[in-house]
Parts: sequence; structure tokens; C-alpha cells
Amino acid sequence: MSIAGIIVAAAIVGGTGLFIGVFLGFAGKKFAVEVDEREEAILGVLPGNNCGGCGYAGCSGLAAAIVAGEAEIGACPVGGAPVAAQIGEIMGQEAGEQIRKTAFVKCAGTCDKAGKDYEYYGLHDCIMVNMMQNGGPKTCNYGCLGEGTCVSVCPFDAIHIVDGVAVVDKEACKACGKCVSACPKHLIELVPYEQKHLVQCNSRDKGKDVMKACSVGCIGCKMCERVCEYDAVKVIDNIAHIDPEKCTGCGACAEKCPKKIIQ
Amino acid sequence: MKELLIIAIGSALVNNVVLSQFLGICPFLGVSKKVQTAAGMGGAVVFVITIASFVTGLVYKFILANKAILNGKLVYLQTIVFILVIACLVQFVEMFLQKSMPSLYQALGVYLPLITTNCAVLGVALTNVQKEYSILTGVINGLGTSVGFLIAIVILAGIREKMEYNDVSESFKGTPIVLITASLMAIAFFGFSGLI
Repeated sequence: MSIAGIIVAAAIVGGTGLFIGVFLGFAGKKFAVEVDEREEAILGVLPGNNCGGCGYAGCSGLAAAIVAGEAEIGACPVGGAPVAAQIGEIMGQEAGEQIRKTAFVKCAGTCDKAGKDYEYYGLHDCIMVNMMQNGGPKTCNYGCLGEGTCVSVCPFDAIHIVDGVAVVDKEACKACGKCVSACPKHLIELVPYEQKHLVQCNSRDKGKDVMKACSVGCIGCKMCERVCEYDAVKVIDNIAHIDPEKCTGCGACAEKCPKKIIQ
Repeated sequence: MKELLIIAIGSALVNNVVLSQFLGICPFLGVSKKVQTAAGMGGAVVFVITIASFVTGLVYKFILANKAILNGKLVYLQTIVFILVIACLVQFVEMFLQKSMPSLYQALGVYLPLITTNCAVLGVALTNVQKEYSILTGVINGLGTSVGFLIAIVILAGIREKMEYNDVSESFKGTPIVLITASLMAIAFFGFSGLI
């Protein structure tokens, strides 16, 4: 190959490169999209998990919505109060009070405590199991199926099946609410992180049936309701409910509960 | 007209870019977990390959194979120049879409920049040159090839979605079973070889 060939080849490739560089530079100027500075700042503050817990497509979607005024500054369930405060600073708004929440599974019926009607062999998916006779092999029709649909949807590795029942790791849980909507038994609830006493049962069956099905089921005896001085515990449909607004965490109900399901 | 149709169908089904030419395997295996994202990636590939086959066709005809420049001896530069042009094109398309068609930009999303590294794009450009297609034929070939990619990746994603529920043995979990699936799909696509 002659020297001229090499020079022309180099000139063509180099020229193409140069042309492309200049062209892209101009195009970048010409097609620059103005992004609100606040949007980028908010995106920097958000956790960046893109979990979708806020209802928007990822953190950038939420950032855009906050700037556009469509979403609250505290709309990120994962970041909670600290992130809301930072976003409030960027947006020049005061952050309202945010209570840290955590997911809670209303069932303690582990393998040795809850009875079974039959053995189930099949797909390991709660939604499938829930379609089986009596809503799954457990005698109790309200309890955790333990197939781990909640585990598979959790983006934070905060929920695990321990001994046949889903257990939430309170520290890792960001209360994004994915497990709440995934559970076919509607067993999981978002509760205040600080609340000490919670009812670990979801059975609305009468006391006698609960006794037969599970050794740690709420029998609706109303002992907790009677012992509570603050009117915080109510038994509705054979199951105790604790109102987190009224509960002071005195622990009287937990002490009285004959089944020890208020923990 | 008939010839163009044959080229389009041939490149989409018979010589499917992924399943019989083994190009673009990386996004084929990487972004095929869900049908929706696979369709997004496939759509972006159709878009880019069609434009890229047009632009590379122009570059080849008027610069590299131009008799006026060194008597058309510069064709050996095709690979490096095509890589440059495709990378630039993807960047430009991304900018252009973000400015003028934000909804399409949102739909294609992160897949657009990923295509820079998709060897199917370069593969189509080089095939067009190799087979001495005219620019129009090249564009049709590019469109057919990329539609073939779209078909293959969406089918694989559909299979993978169903496979989530299957009890795959431990040693085959993840990529191995996907590779086996892809190979079975390749065998199935082999059935198209009598089509033309």
C-alpha cells in the first residue's frame, strides 16, 4: 500500500470522527432538553431503588411528579421522614410529620402450631395455593400459606419464610407496600414502626374453630378489650384490633391474652 | 417488489438474525425476562437498525466505494467507519427523540443507548455491503432483520415468563436453561428454511 493510501484512509476515518464529534456537539446544544434543576436534586436525594412503591415509574418519575406538583414531598414511602425533609428543603416546603412504618404479618401459625387438612404438592406460589380447596392446606383459612409470594416481590430482601410463616425484618423493611398487595390472604399490614403490641392473628372464625385449627389463634375472648384502659383494643368479627392512635404501649393486653398472640 | 418481499421475509424468519446468524445474542439473553421490556428493546432495535442500514448505505456508496477517492479501494475501512457512524447515530437519535418525541423516548427508554453495543446493527450494515444491496434493498433487509429480532426476543421472553413457574433443576437455573430454550427455538426456526 502506498503512503497516499494510508494518508487518505487516516484522513477519512479521522474526518468522519471529527465530523461526528462536531455534529454531536451541535446536536447536543440544539436538542438540549431543559431539565428543572430541582428535579435532578430531588433524584439525588431519593433512595434510587426504583421500587415503584410511590406509584410512579421509578425514582425519576417521582422526582418529576414532585417538581410538577403532582406528588407530595413525602410521597416516597421508602425514604420516609429524612428524605421528605430534604426534598422539602429543595422545594422550599415544610415537611409534614412522617411516621416510620413497617410491614407486619398477622399470623404466627408456624408448622408445629397450625394444623393441616391435607398435603399440597404443586407450584410454590401463594396465589395458586389460595385457589386450592379451603384456600390452602392449612386448617385455618385465614393464615399465612408460607409459599413466599411476598418474599419474591420484596425489593429490599426484608421478608422471609421462617418455619412456614412470613416474617418481616423490621430494620430492612422500607414499607413500600408491595407485599401488602401481593398477599392473597390480605395478611400483611403497614403498622407504625414504634408500635409494640400487635395482634398476630387474622382468623375471623369463632373461638371453637380457631382452637381446633391453630394453637396460636385469636379466639375472640375479649380479655384484651376489657383490660385496656385506653379503649384502644376492639374485638370485631372474632378478632382483636389495636388502634395505634390510642395505644400507649402499656402491655396490659399482651399480659392478659390467654393465647399469647398479642406481642 | 416481489424480490424485496422475499428479502424481508427471508431476513425476518429464514435467516433470523439471532437464531440462525447468532448476532445480537447479548440483548437477546439479557433483556428477555419480561415480555414488556423485551418488546421495548425489540422496538428500539427495529428503529435503529432501519435508520442505520440507510445511513451506512449512504456512507458506503458515496465515500468508501466512491470511485473518485482512491479508485474505491477504501472499502476495507467499512467496519471501523460503520462502528463510528452507528454509535453517532444512536446518540443523535436519542437526543432527537428526547427533544421532539418525548413519549417515544419514554417508551424506548434505557434500551436506546444499549443498542450501540448490539452487534446485530453492525451485522446488518456489513451484510448489506457484502451482498451488494442497493440502499432501498438494504433498508428493507435491515427492517426485516430487526423485525426478526423483535419476534425472537418477544417469544423468548414469553417462554421465560412461563418458565418462572417451572421447577428447573439447580444446575440449570438461570442462564443455562435460557440457552437451552434459545437452542430449541433455533431448531424450531430451522423449519422456516423451506419457506423461500
